[in-house]
This record gives sequence, structure tokens and C-alpha cells, in this order.
Amino acid sequence: MSTILEISNLKKTYDTGDRHLTVLEGINFTLHAGDTCAIVGPSGSGKTTLLGLCAGLDRASSGSVVLNGVRLDKLSEDARAQVRNQYVGFIFQNFQLIPTLTALENVMVPLELRGERNVQRQAMDLLARVGLAERHDHYPTQLSGGEQQRVSLARAFSNRPTILFADEPTGNLDEETGDKVEKLLFELNREAGTTLVLVTHDLELAEKTQRIIRIKGGHVVSDTRTPERVHQPEDSNLS
Amino acid sequence: MSDNKPNPEKPKLNIPWLLKMAWRDTRRSRGRLLLFLSSIVLGIAALVAINSFRDSLQLAIDEKARSLIGADLVMGMNKEPDSLSLAIIDSVSTLGKRSDENRMMSMVYFVKSNETRLVQVRALEGEFPYFGAIETAPVEASRSFREDKRALVDHNLMLQYEAQVGDSIRVGAVTFAIEGALHRIPGQTAMTAAVAPVVYIPRQYLPETGLIQRGSRVSYYYYYDLDQAEQPDTLANKLDPRFEELGMFYDTVETRKASMGRSYDELARFLALVGFVALLLGCVGVASAVHVYMRDKLSTIGILRCLGMSGKQAFLVYLFQVMGMGLIGGLAGAALGSIVQLVLPELFKTFLPVSVDAYFSVTAAAQGVLMGVIVSVLFALLPLLSIRQVSPLITLRATVEHLTNQKDPLRWAVYGLLLGFIVVFSRWQMGTWWQALYFTGGVIAAFLVLALLAKGLSWTVKRFFPTHWGYVWRQGLANLYRPNNQTLLLMVSIGLGTALIGTLFMVQRTLLSEVSLSGTEDQPNLVLFDIQNSQRDQVANLTKEEGLPILYFDPIVTVRLEQINNLTLADVRKDTTLEIRPRNFTREYRVTYRDRLSDSEKTEAGTWSNGQYKEGEKVPVSLEEGYAERIKVKVGDSLIYNVQGATIPARVAHLRRVDWNRVQTNFQVLFPEGVLEDAPQFHVLMTRSDNEQQAAQFQRRVVEAFPNVSAIGLDLILRTLEEVVSQISFVIQFMALFSIFTGLLVLVGSVNVSKFQRVQESVLLRTLGANKKQILGITLMEYLMLGILAAAVGCVIAFGAAWALAVFSFEMEFVPVLWPLLVIFVLVTLLTVAVGLLNSRGVLNRPPLEVLRREA
Repeated sequence: MSTILEISNLKKTYDTGDRHLTVLEGINFTLHAGDTCAIVGPSGSGKTTLLGLCAGLDRASSGSVVLNGVRLDKLSEDARAQVRNQYVGFIFQNFQLIPTLTALENVMVPLELRGERNVQRQAMDLLARVGLAERHDHYPTQLSGGEQQRVSLARAFSNRPTILFADEPTGNLDEETGDKVEKLLFELNREAGTTLVLVTHDLELAEKTQRIIRIKGGHVVSDTRTPERVHQPEDSNLS
Repeated sequence: MSDNKPNPEKPKLNIPWLLKMAWRDTRRSRGRLLLFLSSIVLGIAALVAINSFRDSLQLAIDEKARSLIGADLVMGMNKEPDSLSLAIIDSVSTLGKRSDENRMMSMVYFVKSNETRLVQVRALEGEFPYFGAIETAPVEASRSFREDKRALVDHNLMLQYEAQVGDSIRVGAVTFAIEGALHRIPGQTAMTAAVAPVVYIPRQYLPETGLIQRGSRVSYYYYYDLDQAEQPDTLANKLDPRFEELGMFYDTVETRKASMGRSYDELARFLALVGFVALLLGCVGVASAVHVYMRDKLSTIGILRCLGMSGKQAFLVYLFQVMGMGLIGGLAGAALGSIVQLVLPELFKTFLPVSVDAYFSVTAAAQGVLMGVIVSVLFALLPLLSIRQVSPLITLRATVEHLTNQKDPLRWAVYGLLLGFIVVFSRWQMGTWWQALYFTGGVIAAFLVLALLAKGLSWTVKRFFPTHWGYVWRQGLANLYRPNNQTLLLMVSIGLGTALIGTLFMVQRTLLSEVSLSGTEDQPNLVLFDIQNSQRDQVANLTKEEGLPILYFDPIVTVRLEQINNLTLADVRKDTTLEIRPRNFTREYRVTYRDRLSDSEKTEAGTWSNGQYKEGEKVPVSLEEGYAERIKVKVGDSLIYNVQGATIPARVAHLRRVDWNRVQTNFQVLFPEGVLEDAPQFHVLMTRSDNEQQAAQFQRRVVEAFPNVSAIGLDLILRTLEEVVSQISFVIQFMALFSIFTGLLVLVGSVNVSKFQRVQESVLLRTLGANKKQILGITLMEYLMLGILAAAVGCVIAFGAAWALAVFSFEMEFVPVLWPLLVIFVLVTLLTVAVGLLNSRGVLNRPPLEVLRREA
């Protein structure tokens, strides 16, 4: 199985005036194609910082991040953006849809950025897959939280990513909607064979992945595999 | 792992898609974008209007060029031509037809209304004008008046003195019948007609009038209609050296076109500069609006960056938006300017020598549109540049530092571009690099002062924060320095707007206050000039009989300068490094003689006292300091004056400072008593009448008894001047309106954009239980502080700028008229507070949740 993400001796510090604040230190792990992994830990433990570094949204102070064979810490911001567009999908806690674009346009953006043509059909198919074909011309403000996250899911998979990063994907949703989104996420992920990295507080959700990395005080405190039974979520019935 | 695995292929820019994204992204902000672009519309409109008008005027001057002077060639001189001059005048006559004209200022007496008025008398002989027409009512009067004792009288004068065709006027000793009302003379503007209304009389009766006496100020004009084979300009160029030598001047269609083009171009340039100021003010609005707009767009940019958009692509999306905004602003400005220019010929008609038909100038409109795009992009570049550094990390953490910490060297390039643009544009409008640099320096200095003050204010409030004050006051004050504060932005835009508007008003008031000297107590208000030696005592007696005081009674002798420290006219012509203008030798000086100084004179160097002239020595003379500087002499230097044929060696014995603003006879050269008494001379008498009736009666008696003497009321001159200044100031005010409205738009825009900063906080405070009164108090406090400070600093800058303009540009004494500044200060402060409060009303009157949802 090919390596998709390789993290070595990762360290991140912030300079706040005369103080150096170390947020992450000595992080090492590797993910292979199709792996699903959850990063868990208390608030302020460095989970989101780790996700940002893995996805190339930020630059590490030391150590390396190799994503799909590309060493991110050596790349410029624009080159990392290019890597994200080619290999990475994102799902955010607060959805992060562009408010001036319709649902369809939001899903089209990653494809349009790649310069692909006739992307509308692909985007419509994805919207249909998440059950929102009828609402394709609605703006984010006209959609509920659950619907916005489903548009976000469609967008995340639109560029056929190699790896998907999800930051508290159900954190802003009520339980019922959260469950639906969660099922859809795993289902789409399984269909696409994408590597999934989840950052969450929700241990129940974390246990649906194959592997759980626990972080505390900027260090990995455990890296365990979950039992086979748990990370096989039920089929979604959203459509 | 592998570093050598190839990077993903670099994406193409895909401009059509970026344009599409730019368009999509405006969807929820078009209203705000419209508000942003409105701030440049008026500036563009002002420029387009003025430049269109300039094109229309040039076209009119080109089309009607020959009628501007009414002849192929005009020659003239301000003294009686001598035999050498006559030889030239006559020799040119052989090349075509000639008309002669004498011009002089004199009194006319309106018989029916029994009133007198100073006019410019033109005694004409010949068929002038050869091109165009002297426009009269009735039309035929322009020709028929030449045949008998008939006159043409300025139509406004006729209205003023209720005179009609057929009535009589007396010019000197001759009575003329009014043949027609004079409406337009070739090349003359309504303004010059108002300053010196014209009366035409046939030249053959001039000697009979007795107006030409020794020392009278008479000009001699010769109009030529040359044979077709003759080129007026070639001829004039050939004669030019002789003209200068003999103190003659000339005009051809081409020289008149050029000088007229120049002077109107200067007027247009000045007005365009006023328009440019409006545009610059608008640019501040654009820059601040785009700055805030970009701050609102950070999360969208973060998402796009996260999805793989490059910094360059993100930059281009918003650059296209700004370009589109500038294009729409430019188009709207060009459309508005093209409409405004239709009224400009009417507005300027008093200044124009030809009637101008406004037409749509494609060039001016295109320049306006282009200018809209250029200024929008230039002034939006700084906030736009920061887009390239937006971190995608803000998608994960809203609180994260939005921009990467890289230093951007392009910012310096943008500063350079902005500076270069202002310098180049103002150079284009003003004509010289120095003026452009001064202007740019002034604008930058104002920006810096305001920016520093804003920073200083934030720092001071933070440093000396009044912790014991009430909550509302503390919260309002704290808004001045907390993150995302609007202090810098509002201080600069409101302050600069106030400074510009204040300067315009101050300058205008200063100009007008110069004129309103007329009411000054004990100052003369009646002048009698051209009094001959033989009439001196009689005029003095008549004045006393009328119960009027003789305030000044000076003899005036006409002299010319022949040598300055052995340098002659030929020497200064040859050696320009001497920096003495030949005109100092060719012109005539009207000097007086007395052994004392008047109230308006102060000794700067040397002495001036009774009986200082000793026969056989060089004559001591006193020179006005400015004049001495111009002819490069100091006390002890030698001069030779020519007093109508007799040479007088003189030495500079005394230098004086003269207060030219005083209403009295002032002189550049003063001779001592005992030298010029026997020279041909005339006298000027100044007196003061307490009322108009007394003045009118005195003037009538003078004109009746001494037809050659002119008696004019200074109130008439001052009234005329006031009229001229108010005409000019009306035009400036009209142009300033563009700045004022732009300033208001920028103010509304600036305060409005700050709403987006404040609304969240106000809602949070409301949620936490703050009542309406408290929120109102906090907002009031913040905008009151900003309004007061920005307006106060703007007023101080306006005061300085008005002083500099008065002293350096208009070269007059600065009269600090403060009330316009006070009015502006109060208005701007109130306006800032009002707009600030109006913007907050949405927060005050609705439940917090509703507002939060709406603003989300």
C-alpha cells in the first residue's frame, strides 16, 4: 500500500513577543492510501494545528510533512495551494462555503481551479449524491447547517482527492443531522477510496475510523487501531 | 518519502474564469461597491467637464480666430508715436488698409440723467473691424456713428444711466448723440467690458474734446487689413526688434490665438486641478473602502486559498472587481461631466472673448473613463496586495493572524506608483514640475500630518486612559485604539476633506476681504487725475468749495530710465545674466517729487529729508524696494532718467517699502523737490466724500469745469473689483462643489464602512444587557472624538494652505477670516456624529439576534 501522508519529527512553535510557545513537538506517523484516522485530544492540545500542518495550510517550525510524495515544508504557499487543489479535500466545522456562490458553484470551484471543463455535470452529480440536487441554485445562507455541510462534502470530493481532512465535521450540527452527515462522509470516503484524517472531540465518531491518534500538550500520547467492527458505519439513507 | 517526486503541474491563470469569479463574488456586495465608486464619480465628472469645455473653447477660438482682433495685424504704443515709430506705422500702411484708434480713460457725462462715469473712450477712424463686427443695436450704428458727432455706448452703461439711442453724452468738451448700444467688440470679454466700459467716438473729433493734454495716458492703436500676399506673422516677426526698441507692441491672429489659448488653458488647468483634488479625495474614499471590503473578504479568500487558488489568482479576482468598479465610476463620471460641461459656457461667459458651443468631447470622456480605472486600481493596490498574503489557515481558526508575516517589497513599488501618478498628473494639469512637486508635497504632508495625528491620538488615549470615567465614556474612547479601529482611516479622509474645503473657502474669503477695504474710515474715495498745471489751483478751490478735504495732491511726471550703473538697454539685451528685463528701459514711469514720505511709506535704507538736492550734484532719488530689486540697484548706485528729452543723472539715495494696499497714490520712483517742477506734468488729487450724493455732485462740477479731468469714485472701482472677484469665486465655488460633495460621500462611505466593525460589538453589548442609551453614548463618544479631531486638524491644515496660497500664489497679505473654518468645523463634526449614529440605528432598534442574522 502506498504512503499518502508521512509526518516526521514535526514541531510547531509560535513567537508571542519574547515568548516561544511550542504547540506541537516530536510528532511522527504515517498514513497509507485508504486509511481512516482520527486525531483526538482536549482543547488546546494541538489537533487543529496538526491538521493545518498535514494539509499544507501552515508551515512547520521543523520536521517534515510529505503528502502524496511531495514534501510540503519545502514548498511556497502557492505551490502548497496547488498540492491542496490536486490531492486534498477539506471539510470544516463551520462549513466554509463561499457566501456569494450558489451550492452548485461552491462545488464547482475546486474543479474550475484545476482548469477542468464541463464541470457543471460532475458538480450536479455530487450534489445529487448528497441529496441536494434540487437546491443547487441556493446560496449558503438559504441552506440549513446540515445542508451546508452536505454541500461542503460534495465540494470536498469534487476534485477526487487522495486525502480528505475533516475538522470537527459534525461539531456545529445537532445530533440527528450530525449522524446523517457522518454516515455520508464515511460512505463517500469508502466509495472514493480516499484517505481520511478526522479531527474531533467526539470519541464515538473517532472510533469509526481505523486508527486513533491521541494528542495532549502537543505530543502524541497514543496511536491505536480501533476494532474492525466499529469502523464499518451503517449505510446512509440520506438520499 | 520522496522530495524528487514531481510537483503538481502549475495551473494556468485562466483569466475568463477569474473574471467570472470576480463577477460572482460581487453578488452580495454590489450596493457597497456602488457606494465606493460613487466617491470617484464626482472627481471624474469635474475633470471631464473642464477638459471638454477646454476642447470646446479651443475649437471656438480656432473657428473665430480672425474676429478676435478684427484685423490681420494690430500695432500700438502707450505714448505718442515719434517720427521713427510713425515711419514704421506708415510703411506698413502701404501693404493694405489701416484704421487708427486712440484709447484713454475719461469721464463721460450723461446729459439726461445728469450723471458722470469713468469709461474707456475709443476714438476710431477707418473701417475697423475688417473681420467680425462691432456688435451694436441697431446693427448699422457700428458703421454710421463714424460720420458725425455720434457715439456708441456700452449697453450696460446705457441701462445703468437710463440712456437711449438719440440721447446725448458729453466726452470732454464735445457733445455726441448716442448712435447705438455697444454689445460686443472683437476680442473683448464681458468681464473687461464691466471693468472698463467702452464708448466709441469718431476720431476726427478727438482734438476738439480736449482730452489729450500733456501727460495724458493715451494709447495709439493701428489696425491693418493686409493684402493677401502679405503674411502678418512674417511681417511682425521681421519688425519685432524695432517694435521692442520703440516701445511698440503688436498682435496678429496667431499671437492672439496663442496668448488666448494660454490664458484660458491656465484657467482650465487651475479648475482641473480643483477637480483633481476632488478626485484625490475620492481616491482616499476608494482606498479606505477597498481596505475594509478586503477585510470582509478575508474568509472567502482563505477558503479559495484552501481549495488551491494561488495568491496571484486571488489578487486578480479582486483586481478585476476594482477595475470594473473604476470603469463604471469612470463611465458615470464621464457621463455626468459631459452633462455638466453643457452649463460651463454659460458659467464662464463673462470671461470669454468668443461664444462657445459646448460639444461632446470624446477625448475628454475617454480620458475620464481611463482615469476612473487608473485611480481606482492605483489607490486600491495597497489593500489588494495583501490578498496575496492571506493565510488559508483562517479557515481553521478565525482568530488566527490573517496575513502571513512576509514583508512585501511590492508595497514600496505601489507607494512609488502613487507618488508618481500624483506628480505626473499634477504636472499635466499645472504645467511645471516645480508646481507639481509643491502640490504633491502639500498633499503628502497633509496625509502624513493626519496619519501621525491619528496614531498619536490612539497612543495618547491608550497611554492616558481615564480609568475612573464612566463605562460609556471609557468604551467610546477605547474604540479609538482597539484592534480594527477606524481612527486612522476616518482621521485621514475626514481631515483631508475638511482641509480641502476649508482652504477653498478661506482663499475665497481672503480674496473678497481684500476688496472690501472700501469701507475703511478716513481713506480717500474720490480720485481726480489728469489735472493740468494751469488747473491745479482751480481744482483745489473747487474741491474746497464743495466742502471736501484734499487728502493727497501729487504732481506726476512721466520719465524713462536710460542707464543703470552705466548699463544701457543694449547691454542688458546682450547679457541676460544681468537679469534686468529690457522692459525696465522701454516702459514709462510716472513719478512724483516731494521731500517727505507719505503714511504708506517706510524707510528701508538711506535717508530722505527736506532740501537734500544740491544743484550740480547727481539728483538723489528714492526707489520702492521691489523696483530697486528688479533693476538690481542699492543705495549709492547711479541711474540716468530721461524726462521728456532731458537727461537727469541720479543716485539711489533711499529705498522705501510701500504699502500698495493703501488707497492712495503710490510711486516706484520719488524725486526730491527742486528738480522736476518745470517738467511737463499733471496732478492727481485724492479726497473723501461722505455720501454718494456729495460725490456725484462734485464729479459733475469737475467734468463741467474741467472736461479733461477725470473724477472717479473708488467705490465704483471697488464695486467693479468685487463684481470681478465674486464672478471668479463663483466659478471656483462651482468647481469646489465637486470636492465638497465628494468629501461628503467619502465621509458617509468611511463612517458607513466602519459600521461593519462596530455592529458586531454593539450587538454583543446589547446581548450582554447594554441598553439603547449606553450603545448610543458609546457610538456618540467615538464619532464625536473622531469628528472633532479630524475637523480641527483639517481646519489647521486649511489655515496653513490658505496662508501659503495667499502669500506665495496670490502675493497678497493674508487676511485670516476664521468664521468659514468655524462653520466647517462644526458642520463636519456634526455630520460625522450624525452619520455615525444613523449607521448604528439598525443596532439600536432591533433585537440582537435579528441583527446578527442579518449581518452574518
